[in-house]
Amino acid sequence: MDLRTIVQLVVIGLTFFMLINASAILVLAERKIMGFMQQRYGPYLVGPHGVLQPLADILKLLFKEELRPKGADKWLFTLAPILSVTAAFAAFATVPWGAETTLFGLLDQPIKLGVSDVNVGLLVIFAITSMGVYGIVLAGWSSNSKYSLFGGLRASAQMISYELSYATSLAAVIMLAGSLSVREIVDGQAGTWFGFIQQWWIFAQPVGFVIYAIAGVAETNRAPFDFPEAEQELVAGYNTEYSSVRFALFPQAEYINMATMSAVATNLYLGGWHGLLPFYTPLDPLIEEYGLGWMAFLAKVGGFLFFYIWMRWTVPRYRYDQLMSFGWKFLFPLSVINLIVTAALVLYLNA
Amino acid sequence: MPENVVFYAFAALAIGASALVIGQRNPMYSVLLLIASFGALSGLYIQLDAPFVAVAQIIIYAGAIMVLFLFVVMLLNAPREDAAEYDRSHPLAHPGIGRFGALLATLLIVQLVWALTKVAELKTPVGSRSDASSVGSVVEMGRVLFTRHTFAFEATSVLILVAMVGAVVLARREGTEQ
Repeated sequence: MDLRTIVQLVVIGLTFFMLINASAILVLAERKIMGFMQQRYGPYLVGPHGVLQPLADILKLLFKEELRPKGADKWLFTLAPILSVTAAFAAFATVPWGAETTLFGLLDQPIKLGVSDVNVGLLVIFAITSMGVYGIVLAGWSSNSKYSLFGGLRASAQMISYELSYATSLAAVIMLAGSLSVREIVDGQAGTWFGFIQQWWIFAQPVGFVIYAIAGVAETNRAPFDFPEAEQELVAGYNTEYSSVRFALFPQAEYINMATMSAVATNLYLGGWHGLLPFYTPLDPLIEEYGLGWMAFLAKVGGFLFFYIWMRWTVPRYRYDQLMSFGWKFLFPLSVINLIVTAALVLYLNA
Repeated sequence: MPENVVFYAFAALAIGASALVIGQRNPMYSVLLLIASFGALSGLYIQLDAPFVAVAQIIIYAGAIMVLFLFVVMLLNAPREDAAEYDRSHPLAHPGIGRFGALLATLLIVQLVWALTKVAELKTPVGSRSDASSVGSVVEMGRVLFTRHTFAFEATSVLILVAMVGAVVLARREGTEQ
């Protein structure tokens, strides 16, 4: 094996490692931010300022007894969490997270930071994200419990409804960039308009970005759209009957899905690794020169994730019928109009 | 050599899962096995250098249509097809119809094998054919869809629209009766 292959494998391993840790860090961040917003400390006892709390959570979950209801379907009950977490990890496979780099001259040919780069990358992400619903539906069905079944049914209805708006808002960006490869879409956003505004697609697609953000929250089943697990109605929703490691895989899948959603938003709308802030700063040429784009990328993903958590503890949960009518009667028509207007403008400007 | 191994693995998975789909008593397992079969098919498409078709297969069949199937199976809550509850007086359960169906199935297989032996293009790999680029690249595929196959494309959309209107009409009628 040559050096290049080894480095590529290290990059793939690093992506996997980052995703695993993303869920741990996000659990801590969520509890700390929630504490801050509710004027209390949040987890504080394990380690300095409670930073080892995720470790304690994981150990506790590992040592719990694994229970399975008597009426549960043996195979599907085990398969459901595995499917969930596999789909979550696999969806990140075509998300690039940095510009091409030679690692400060270590390699002759630059390598691409990211697991893989295929020419229909965006569609692959979309396809695998849509497979995530099976884990939740099967968990709901195989538990043989009313609450779980309702959670699973709600999850599937919600994800099917919001996938439409989600995909349509993505299609508008694909039209602007003229490519299905995520890396090409990101590289189409290099440079500035009028010398001070970053050439990000969010400025060309403000409506699309808002639709993507809302549909993304609904896709990952987060508050204010977390109906599959609405506590006051469904106990804990689709994961009511789960315990121990099987249970732990569901929140992990959810946090990884959040990370994927934020990474895709950063790549598609916020310029990926091009530029740190929405306007030009003297830092930008330095970032490009030293190949530190991945740091700008991580910073933007972190900001987007903070926005996710912030929203969860600010906005109260909707009612289920409100969610459905909002998705079908407002968000979907809006995204179709956005798509048509974008298509017309692209045709007009290219002619 | 690795290509062959991957091909046979995907082919075995596709055939095995498809065979198990009709062999299952539990409709839930049938749906899941069908998804596995679609996944294996999409792997075969990737081997044919048609990534767009592969991804479309996953998005449309495994991601959208099968979720709907799963939904229906869950809502009907049909746990298993029991032999004891099998309705033998149903007109379609007549043995003559079953034999006729078996005859048709045999005919179809014979026809397929015969047709496959006649296609000369089967011997040339997809990558080296004249219209290879229309399968591999999304841009070319779109161009072919909107120029050479416009009629089929538009006819399909009308067909889907008709099915959608039909579904809405059926759902509405049931709603007003209650």
